Amino acid sequence: MPPADDRPGPVVRPYALVRGRTRPTGEALDVISMIQSRHFRVPDPAGLEPEHLAVLRQCAVPMSVADLASAIDLPLGVIRILLGDLRDRGLIRIHQPRPERLADIRLLREVADGLRRL
Amino acid sequence: MAYDDFDAPRPAGRHHNPAPVAIKILIAGGFGVGKTTLVGALTEIQPLRTEEELSGPGTSIDMIVGVEGKRTTTVAMDFGRITINGGLVIYLFGMPGQERFWFMWDDLSHGALGAVVLADVRRLADCFPAIDYFEHRSTPFVVALNCFPGTPRHGVDEVRKALDLDDHVPIVACDARERGSCRDTLVTLVDHAIALVDTGARAPSPSGSRA
Repeated sequence: MPPADDRPGPVVRPYALVRGRTRPTGEALDVISMIQSRHFRVPDPAGLEPEHLAVLRQCAVPMSVADLASAIDLPLGVIRILLGDLRDRGLIRIHQPRPERLADIRLLREVADGLRRL
Repeated sequence: MAYDDFDAPRPAGRHHNPAPVAIKILIAGGFGVGKTTLVGALTEIQPLRTEEELSGPGTSIDMIVGVEGKRTTTVAMDFGRITINGGLVIYLFGMPGQERFWFMWDDLSHGALGAVVLADVRRLADCFPAIDYFEHRSTPFVVALNCFPGTPRHGVDEVRKALDLDDHVPIVACDARERGSCRDTLVTLVDHAIALVDTGARAPSPSGSRA
């Protein structure tokens, strides 16, 4: 894979998409938060960019924030802002990771056993 | 794929595709030590690369070789995915090693199961910051000595002493190009995390709170 800096840049500068905002609204989204669309067709798309709609299409099945950023080829920071907008409109369901589960021995064993089978 | 049923709002509580449990494992270590190689050896998909804006304090554009003149300076972040089953997915994230990217570490390491600190015995000091960081946050980690061709074989005890590492932290030899070797390293990490929970060393709310 070539270094990211060798790739041609996007036609629209990423932060122009989100009108210069650098922080999303609301609770911070983890890179492994799972996003799922609640609606595919948006009744009132005014104020939404094509990228918002692209996110909704991608998340027809649950998708992590990192996978989403990679699939749509936008920086994580921009993806998080788009997701904040969609969350504000109630268009997505967000499954935040639960760090307390990392103390769950049964889950950890499932991870270890799964890795051993690779 | 059928999208028809997306046209109507879904009834709450009914998931056509329940979201899997996602587990985050970090791959840390100095610049050029083989983090990307390790992620590539394990991921089921082509290693993915996403970008994060470079906005940390003290960042100056002239520090970034080769991207002068870019309006938005970004750092590439590698990640990979291992699907254990339909309900459980492991994500591997390479933590950018250079000092100017450290501002991203808190965000990445929040809620991580643990970390593999890749070390090159010829440049052991490069992994000090990562070790300090995970010790401070009580994030489970293992040290993996990446065995490059021609790497001198140091004894584990010698490395442990050089790194001033607690006795309970596993040190393993690893070839970041070999899938089996990388898998064994991850298994060592998860077994270590299990041992920490078993002995009560890991509290129910690990890895600190989000900064």
